[in-house]
Amino acid sequence: MGRFVARRLLQMIPVFLGTVTLIFFMVHILPGDPVAAMWGDKAVDPAQLAAFKHARGLDQPLIQQYLDYLGKLFRGDFGMAMDGRPVIDKISGAFPVTLRLALLAFAIEIVLGVTIGLFAGLRRGKAFDKGTLVLTLLLISIPVPVLGFIFQNIFSTQLGWVTPTVQDSMNLGQLLLPAIVLGSLSLAYVARLTRTSIAENIKADYMRTAVAKGLPKRKVIGTHLLRNSMIPVVTFLGTDLGALMGGAIVTEGIFNVKGVGFELYHAINLKEGATVSGFVVVLVLVYLAASLIVDLLYAVLDPRIRYA
Amino acid sequence: MPDLTDTKTEIPAQRAAEVPEAKPEKARSLGLDAWHDLRRRPIFVISALLIVLLIVIAIAPGLFTSVDPRAGDLRTHFLTKPNYGHLFQPDWFGYDGQGRSIYARVIYGARASVVVGICVTAGVTVLGGITGMIAGYFGGWVDTIVSRVTDIFFGIPLLLGALVVLNAFTSRTIWSVVFALVALGWTQMTRVMRGSVITVKQADYVTAAKALGAGTTRIMVKHILPNAIAPVIVVATIALGGYIATEATLSFLGIGLQDPTISWGIDINSAQKVIRTAPFALFFPAGMLSITVLAFIMLGDAVRDALDPKLR
Amino acid sequence: MRGASQAKWVVAAVAVALAATACGSNGASSGGGSSTGAVNAQGTFSYQSSEPQNPLQPANAMEVGGGRIIKQLFKGLVDYDPADGKLRNQVAEKIETTDATNYTVTLKSGWTFHDGTPVTASSFVDAWNWSANTKNNQINSDWFSDIAGYTDVHPDAGDPKAETMSGLKVVDDTHFTIQLTGPVSYFQYKLGYTAFSPLPKAFFTDPAKYGQNPIGNGPYKFVSWEHNKAITVAAYDKYAGLDKPKNGGIVFKNYTQPEAAYKDLVSDNVDVLDQVDPSDLASYKTDLGSRAVDQAQGAIQNISFAMYQDAWKPVDKAKVRQGLSMAIDRDTITKTVLNGSRQPANSWVAPGAMGYKDNTCGDACKYDPAKAKQLITEGGGVPDNKITIVYNSDGGHKEWVDAVCNSIRQATGVECVGDPKPDFKTSRDIIKKKQVQSMMRTGWVQDYPLNANFLRDVYGTGAAANDGSYSNPEFDKLAAEADKATTVEKTAELYQQAEAQLAKDMPAIPLWYYKTTSGYSNNVQNVKFDSFGDPVFTQVEVKQK
Repeated sequence: MGRFVARRLLQMIPVFLGTVTLIFFMVHILPGDPVAAMWGDKAVDPAQLAAFKHARGLDQPLIQQYLDYLGKLFRGDFGMAMDGRPVIDKISGAFPVTLRLALLAFAIEIVLGVTIGLFAGLRRGKAFDKGTLVLTLLLISIPVPVLGFIFQNIFSTQLGWVTPTVQDSMNLGQLLLPAIVLGSLSLAYVARLTRTSIAENIKADYMRTAVAKGLPKRKVIGTHLLRNSMIPVVTFLGTDLGALMGGAIVTEGIFNVKGVGFELYHAINLKEGATVSGFVVVLVLVYLAASLIVDLLYAVLDPRIRYA
Repeated sequence: MPDLTDTKTEIPAQRAAEVPEAKPEKARSLGLDAWHDLRRRPIFVISALLIVLLIVIAIAPGLFTSVDPRAGDLRTHFLTKPNYGHLFQPDWFGYDGQGRSIYARVIYGARASVVVGICVTAGVTVLGGITGMIAGYFGGWVDTIVSRVTDIFFGIPLLLGALVVLNAFTSRTIWSVVFALVALGWTQMTRVMRGSVITVKQADYVTAAKALGAGTTRIMVKHILPNAIAPVIVVATIALGGYIATEATLSFLGIGLQDPTISWGIDINSAQKVIRTAPFALFFPAGMLSITVLAFIMLGDAVRDALDPKLR
Repeated sequence: MRGASQAKWVVAAVAVALAATACGSNGASSGGGSSTGAVNAQGTFSYQSSEPQNPLQPANAMEVGGGRIIKQLFKGLVDYDPADGKLRNQVAEKIETTDATNYTVTLKSGWTFHDGTPVTASSFVDAWNWSANTKNNQINSDWFSDIAGYTDVHPDAGDPKAETMSGLKVVDDTHFTIQLTGPVSYFQYKLGYTAFSPLPKAFFTDPAKYGQNPIGNGPYKFVSWEHNKAITVAAYDKYAGLDKPKNGGIVFKNYTQPEAAYKDLVSDNVDVLDQVDPSDLASYKTDLGSRAVDQAQGAIQNISFAMYQDAWKPVDKAKVRQGLSMAIDRDTITKTVLNGSRQPANSWVAPGAMGYKDNTCGDACKYDPAKAKQLITEGGGVPDNKITIVYNSDGGHKEWVDAVCNSIRQATGVECVGDPKPDFKTSRDIIKKKQVQSMMRTGWVQDYPLNANFLRDVYGTGAAANDGSYSNPEFDKLAAEADKATTVEKTAELYQQAEAQLAKDMPAIPLWYYKTTSGYSNNVQNVKFDSFGDPVFTQVEVKQK
C-alpha cells in the first residue's frame, strides 16, 4: 500500500512538470503583448513598456523566463500577476469559491444520481427506468449555456426564488442554482452508470446467497449490491471532481461566480502567463490527488483489490 | 478526456469511456449477433433514422428549403414569431434578429455540426487508436510516456488550448475547429484503446500467433485490433455527440466558427441577445443541436448495450 | 490634448468613459428620478463596475474599472464641471502663466488627505516626480512629458538619470512652479487628468501596499477592496472641493456580464447601471419606466474605406462609396437590431457639438436601393464585387455589422461579410498597419464639443486618427483656414465647408450617433449622466428607507 502510494506520487512529478512546461509555452504562443495590452487602446509609451518588461524579467530570453519560473515554483512562489498582485493571492481567493461550488455540485450528483440510478436499476425496464433514461439523455444533450439560461429564467425571472446571479460567491445558498446546472450533466452520467452497474450485479451469485441467507432487503441492497456496484461510479466521480474544479467557465460566467473559471478566462484573455500557469498547476495537483484517492477507494469497495 | 475542463457538455460523454476501461469486457467479435440484436431495438432504429436524415440535410440542405439562410429582411421580418402551421415554409420557425428565416438557418446549420462531429470522431479514433495500440501492446517505457502525456493533456484548459490552436489559422472555418478538437481530444481515445489492448494481448490466440512466429504488425492488425476495437467504437459513438456540443460551446465563447459559416452554435450565441423578446430564436437551433447530440448518444448507447453480453 | 488624441476611437463603453476623464462637455442632461422621496445623506448605493487591472495609484489607471474609482478618491488642481464641461479650480486657488511655458500654481488651504495630513505643494511635486519615473512603472507616466527634465526621469532607454524633474519647483507649502519644455496652451486642461493627482507622504513608504489601500484627497475615501467582488468607498466628511457628495458612499460592484448586472438592477440588487446590455435593450424602458436613461452622447459610429488600397483611389469610386452608403437602411437597423440605442446619422459630426449641421450627408445617407445600384454601376462597381468590414468581436459590434452587410448585399448584390478580429488590440493592429482590404469599423468620441474635433483630427491628411488615409487638398486648406480664424464661430463655419468635401468623397460612411442607455434602481434618485455616459456620482441621492 505504502509503496503503491509512493510510486504514484513519483509518477506525478513528470506529469506535473510536463503540464507546467506545456502551459507556459502555450500561453506564450497566444498573439499580442500582455504588457502593451495594459495601455488598452491608447498609444503605448515605449520607454515605459521597456522599463516594465525589464522590471518583470520579460525582456529575458524565453528559455530564461521559463527556468526562472520553474525555479520560483519549486520554492513555492507562483510569481506575480500583471496587476502586481501575487498569483497565490488570486489562487487563494478563487479556489475556495470554486471548491464550494464543485463540492455542492458533487454532492448533488452523488446523492441524486446514485438514488435515481439505484431505483432505475432495481426496476429495470419499468416506467421509472425508461423515464430516467429519457431524462438523463435530455440533460446530456442540452448545451450548458442553454441549460444555464433556462434555469436562470425559470427559477429567478419567472418564479423569483433566487437572485438571477450570485451576489456573494461564498454563500452556499446562492451557489445552489449554478451548482445544479454544473452538476446536472454529471448527475445524468452518475445515474446511468449506477443503473447499469446495479442491473448487472443484481443477478450475481453473491446476491442470491445474501437473499438465501435471509438477510433483510435493506441490508442486501445497502451493503452488498450498492457497494459492489460503485466501482465504475467512483472512477467517474474521481475525474469529475477535477473537472468540476477546473471551473465551468460558462456556468461561472452566466451566474457571475468569481471562481477559478472566471480567473482563468480573464488570465487567458489578457495573456497572463504566471496566472494561467499558477491556476493550472493547482488544478493538476487536484486532479492527480483525486485519481490517487479513487485508486485507493477501489480497495475499500472491493476487498479483492490489493495494492502491493 | 477530462482535459476539456470547461465544456461540461463534452467531458462526460468521453469520460464514460472510463467505464469499459475500468472493467474491460471480454473481447468478442462485432459479429452478426450484435447486429441482429440492434435491429430489434427501437432506440437504435429511431436514432439511426434520425442520423441518416441529418446526414442528408447536411449534404443537400437545398432539398429542404429554397430560402437563402443568409438573406434577411429587417423591415418585415425582424424577430417575426413562428407560424407553426406553415410546415417547411420559411416562416415555420420564425425569423431571427437579422430578419433571416430560422428554419433555413437550422437546415443549413446541420452541416457544420455533422461535419465537426464525424470528422473529429474519425480523427480522434485514428490518432488515439494508434497511440493506444502502441502503448498497450509494447508496454514498458513506451506505455509510461504515452500515459503520462495523456495525463498532461488533462491540465490544458479547453479555452487556452482552443485559442492557441485556432489562432494558428487566419480564418476560423469548420476545418480549423475540427483540427483543434482533434488536437485536444485524441488522448481520451488513447486511454480507451490502451486499456482494451492490454486485456486482449494476454489472450491465448495472441500467444499462439506469437509462438507461430507472426510479425508484430501482423499480430497488431490481424489479431489484436479486431478484438480490441469494440470499446473504442462504443466510446466514439457516444463522444460524437459531445464533440458537436463542444463546437457549439466554442462558438458560444466566441472562439469557434464565424460568418459566413452557418452553425447552430453561432445562432445560439446571437439568440442570447434577444432571448427575452424572442425565445424561439434560441429554441430552434438549441433544439436541433440537442436532437442531434441525442441521436448520436442514443446510437452509442444502443451499440454498447448490444456489445455488452452482461446486459442482454 | 495629447492623451485624448491617442484614444479617440469608440471602443464601446470603455473609451466613452475614458474620454470623460479627459474632457467635459455640454450639459449633463437630466436623468433624474420622477419620484422624489426623503433623502438619506448617509445612504450608500452600488454601481455596475469592473475589476481594476492595476493597483489604485493615480498615474496607473488606464482602463475604466480603475479610472472611475481613482476619480472618486482623488482630486487634482482642476477638474471639469459635469454640468457644462468647463474647467474649474479645485485644489488650485489659481494657475497663472504669461507665456504658456512657465506656470505658477497657488493652492487653496484646508485641503486634507483622508489620513488627515494636509495637501501641500510638495504633495503634487513629489507625486508627479514619482509617477513620471520609468522605474515606478506607471502606465500614464508619459502624461508628464511636457515638463522640463522629463527625459531625466523617463529616458527612452536605460535607467533614469535623476529622481526629480527640473521643471518642478516647490516655493512654499501653497505655491509651486511648473516649467514646460515649450509652450503648451492647453496644459491646464491636461491638469484635470487623474495622473496629476497629489499623493500623501504615506504613499512613498510602500507604493505597492498603498495601491491596494489608497489614501486620496477626493470626495470619497477608500474603505475596502474585495478582489473580483467589490470596491467600497465612503463620503469624506472633510472634503474641501466644490462637489461635496450627497450620499454616504459607493459600492463599485464587479460584473463580468452586463446581462447579470441588468438582472440585478431590475431586482434592485444594484443601483446604477453602466450600460444596458444588448439583450435587454428592447425591454428596458418598459422594465424601468421613468428610471430608464436614454440621452445623446457625443460620439458617432462610422465605417471607413481603406483609401490606401489602389482599388479605391480612382476619382469615380466616390460614386461607388456613395452608393454603398445609400444601400444601408439606417432607420431600420437602429430601430431593430440596435433597439433604438442609436440615432441614424446624416452628417460626420455628432449633434450637440458646436458647428453641427443637420443633413450634410444629404441623399447619400438616405436608404435608396435603386439609386445605390445605379451609382455603383456608374462608378465601375465595387472592387472584386466584395466588401469585408474589419471589426473587433469583443465590443458588441457583430449584430450591426452583420445587419449592415445584409443590407448592402440585399440592396446591391455586392457580397459583404464582417471580418471579426478576436479583440480590440488585434483589430487596431491590422488597421494601424494598413492591412485592411476594403472597409473597417471606425468611430469617434468627442474630446471637446466642436465640429473641428470630428473633422480635422479624423479626415485631415496625416492626422493620427485618419485610419483610412483619406487625403483631400481642399479639405486640408479649409481646415487650415478654420484653425487660423479669430472666433470659434468662424472656425465652426469654415469647418462646415470642409465637411461638405466629405459628402463628395465619402471616405467614411456615417452610420449613427451614440446614446447613453442606462438606468437606476428604486433606491436612488437624482441620477444624472454627463454627455460621455458617466453618472455624476457625487450628486446621486439615496432614498430614505
